[in-house]
Amino acid sequence: MTRRETLDLYFLAARHQLIEVAAFMDRVDHAPGEADFRWAAFVKALRCLETAPAGERAAAVLMALSDPTTVPVERAPGKGAVGAWEGPAS
Amino acid sequence: MRYIEPHAHMVSRVTDDYVAMVTAGCEAVCEPAFWAGFDRSSAQGFYDYFRQLTEHEPRRAAKFGLPHYCWLCLNPKEAEDTGLAREVLDLLPRFLDRPNVLGIGEIGLNKNSRNELKVLEWHVDLAARTDHLILVHTPHLEDKYKGTRLTLDVLRADGRIRPERVIIDHVEEHTVGMVLDAGFWAGMTLYPETKGTPARAIDILERYGSERLWLNSACDWGVSVPLVVAHTAREMRRRGWSAAAVDRVLYQNPVRFLSQCPRFTLG
Repeated sequence: MTRRETLDLYFLAARHQLIEVAAFMDRVDHAPGEADFRWAAFVKALRCLETAPAGERAAAVLMALSDPTTVPVERAPGKGAVGAWEGPAS
Repeated sequence: MRYIEPHAHMVSRVTDDYVAMVTAGCEAVCEPAFWAGFDRSSAQGFYDYFRQLTEHEPRRAAKFGLPHYCWLCLNPKEAEDTGLAREVLDLLPRFLDRPNVLGIGEIGLNKNSRNELKVLEWHVDLAARTDHLILVHTPHLEDKYKGTRLTLDVLRADGRIRPERVIIDHVEEHTVGMVLDAGFWAGMTLYPETKGTPARAIDILERYGSERLWLNSACDWGVSVPLVVAHTAREMRRRGWSAAAVDRVLYQNPVRFLSQCPRFTLG
């Protein structure tokens, strides 16, 4: 597909998703209480949209949300995943 | 159109899903052993589950004209208890020669712990000793990148493992390259929220080529879409893929990999 054809096919859906992200951030802004590590990770990932090389944005966002370490953890802390890495265990 | 669903947890699905899949063109379904959503209390629970996958579910699928295959293992979410894992590993050889068993899977890591790694190594050893195909689950979300790297380390460290007989599933944009570069097959799972989407999967196919990739729904008891592989075929056509090219990815690729197991036959 050409760039124009890609826009024809996906622009409206991407626009919709972009506004959903903006509205989600507004929702968090207006909510009482403190955010947790997920918020900082989300904002960091968002910056990748501008800073990542062209054609590498999805991978950069995924990496910004990933555990980059290489050593296995001593014991599984549970079973679930939340979508963002909290940082090294203290 | 025709397609293979190479990863679906049909024990968690209703008969309407079988009807819809067959109507959409599904010609075989493959079911890896996985977590039930809660921990089984003993190896006996796995024994019953393996009977369900090798006896009951193929009969249920046959009622809808769909060949049913399975993969067997102890899934990584229950691998922290190595005592239980050892008991289940000891059970597995009793089932591995059953007519619908494709190999060992879905093994792998969940939270990337030392015990999970040990149990992964045991499974890889069993597959190597019994000459079975391997289906690897890679961890969810923030754990996927690290888990994929650790898994590749385990597989590459075992000289008996031939990469062309291993598929590493649930790859996304940040992991697909390392899997394909190492010579393995890669699976892309299409989920509404937590994995890929049809559009992203096609992006990856267009970027990396479709030689060693397949697509699956991994539909289970959670949020998932049993027909998403068929939906992806429609999206591929919208993006200009020919019917033959769609068939190569969604039907011929799974057949090519799975046919390495002599028990996998169609028609």
